[in-house]
Amino acid sequence: MAQVMLAVGTKKGLFLGWSNDRDDWEWEGPHHAMAAVAAVAIDTRRSPERLLVGGRNEHWGPAVFTSDDRGASWSEDPGGSIAFPAGAGADVEQIWQLMPGPVSRPDEVWAGVEPSALFRSDDGGRTFALNQALWDHPHRPDWHPGAGGQCLHTVLPHPDDASRVMVAMSTGGVYVTEDAGESWSPSNKGVLAPFFPDPEPEYGQCVHKVVRDTEDPDLLMLQNHGGVFRSVDGGATWQSAEEGLPANFGFGITRTPGPEGAFFLFPLSADMSRFPVEGRAGVYRSVDGGRAWSDSSAGLPESGFHTIVLRDALTTDAADPAGVYLGTRSGEVWGSRDDGASWHQLVSHLPDVLCVRAAVLP
Amino acid sequence: MSVRVTLELPSVLADVAGGRRSLAVELHGTDPTVGDLLDLVAGVHPHLERRLRTESGQLRRHVNVYADGADVRGAGGTATVLGQDAVVMILPSVAGG
Repeated sequence: MAQVMLAVGTKKGLFLGWSNDRDDWEWEGPHHAMAAVAAVAIDTRRSPERLLVGGRNEHWGPAVFTSDDRGASWSEDPGGSIAFPAGAGADVEQIWQLMPGPVSRPDEVWAGVEPSALFRSDDGGRTFALNQALWDHPHRPDWHPGAGGQCLHTVLPHPDDASRVMVAMSTGGVYVTEDAGESWSPSNKGVLAPFFPDPEPEYGQCVHKVVRDTEDPDLLMLQNHGGVFRSVDGGATWQSAEEGLPANFGFGITRTPGPEGAFFLFPLSADMSRFPVEGRAGVYRSVDGGRAWSDSSAGLPESGFHTIVLRDALTTDAADPAGVYLGTRSGEVWGSRDDGASWHQLVSHLPDVLCVRAAVLP
Repeated sequence: MSVRVTLELPSVLADVAGGRRSLAVELHGTDPTVGDLLDLVAGVHPHLERRLRTESGQLRRHVNVYADGADVRGAGGTATVLGQDAVVMILPSVAGG
């Protein structure tokens, strides 16, 4: 098969893994040593593919770096890749998400940052501009930071309709635009916020991650701060989707591509007990759009596993059969090369894994 | 009127300052400040500027600036006035894990 590349963002830099069979891996790094890499993307819409890294050095601040030679060299726009405009009254603290747009719009890249704001690039991720409408949203004073910071961590451009984009933030919840970012509306009907007196507010939910189905763009899966929800109407309404899960808390969620693909979750015990259930590394898989989940953890540790998988550390590749990958805060990366049927450890002893992305390279 | 000052950088910032750890800078005007120095250097080394100050112009939290040995945060901040032959030293604070 073709070569697969894994990009692993950690608390102290980026590590790259390469494999021709997804069994034996060669690792190199760290790139951007000492920068917390919470966002990484492998943009395969262009040739050669572009690596995008959102890093934050504790001393020297955040930046987006790009590489068109698989990490041999890195570029950063001299004017600053990503920054609030003068007058916004804010500074970018951290880049939480880098999301290439659809294939049909090859220069479009989205970024979600802390404090919660959305940026768009029209030059392949070299420079970004603030979405002013979301920044000026009257709800913004009510968006408050969760434990990780006040972050916009999910950007889901619609694959077929450039006017439609969904974002999610912690806290704040899900917002959508249907006019290419000119206006934004909350889209949380049915998503609970158990930490409020009114557990079903219009907005303010602590949504941890949302993923879109690869075949039906109106089917979405949402890992909430307490609760897993699905939507079949593009996010207009959400329904509980927890059948078969041992717990409904967690961060990471992903979807293997194609009509035979599946959704994957990594549940944690509870808000007040952020550990895998009963110390077991449990991955759960749904092949019916979230109606039911089943255990898909063969090969993962059965006990003594007390680390967690963060919101962007559960991902897939586009090989056939699909690969699924998870990174842990204890510096391990595990992979499945059979759509989650079995798992093996790919690397260990890295710094805390913050995000993982995978791509099949030409 | 002008004063000549030296900006000294930690080695990890040399790659965004043309490979140099020490920059000799001539500042013009009356009572030039640390902020004037950083503004001037920003025009030549924009990546260095991004490392030292946020987009709203604030010194980054864990960047310490010493003017002739004194932490400017305990003095006038970036409004600290620089005299002839002043040495401005950038040092990363103790941070991280």
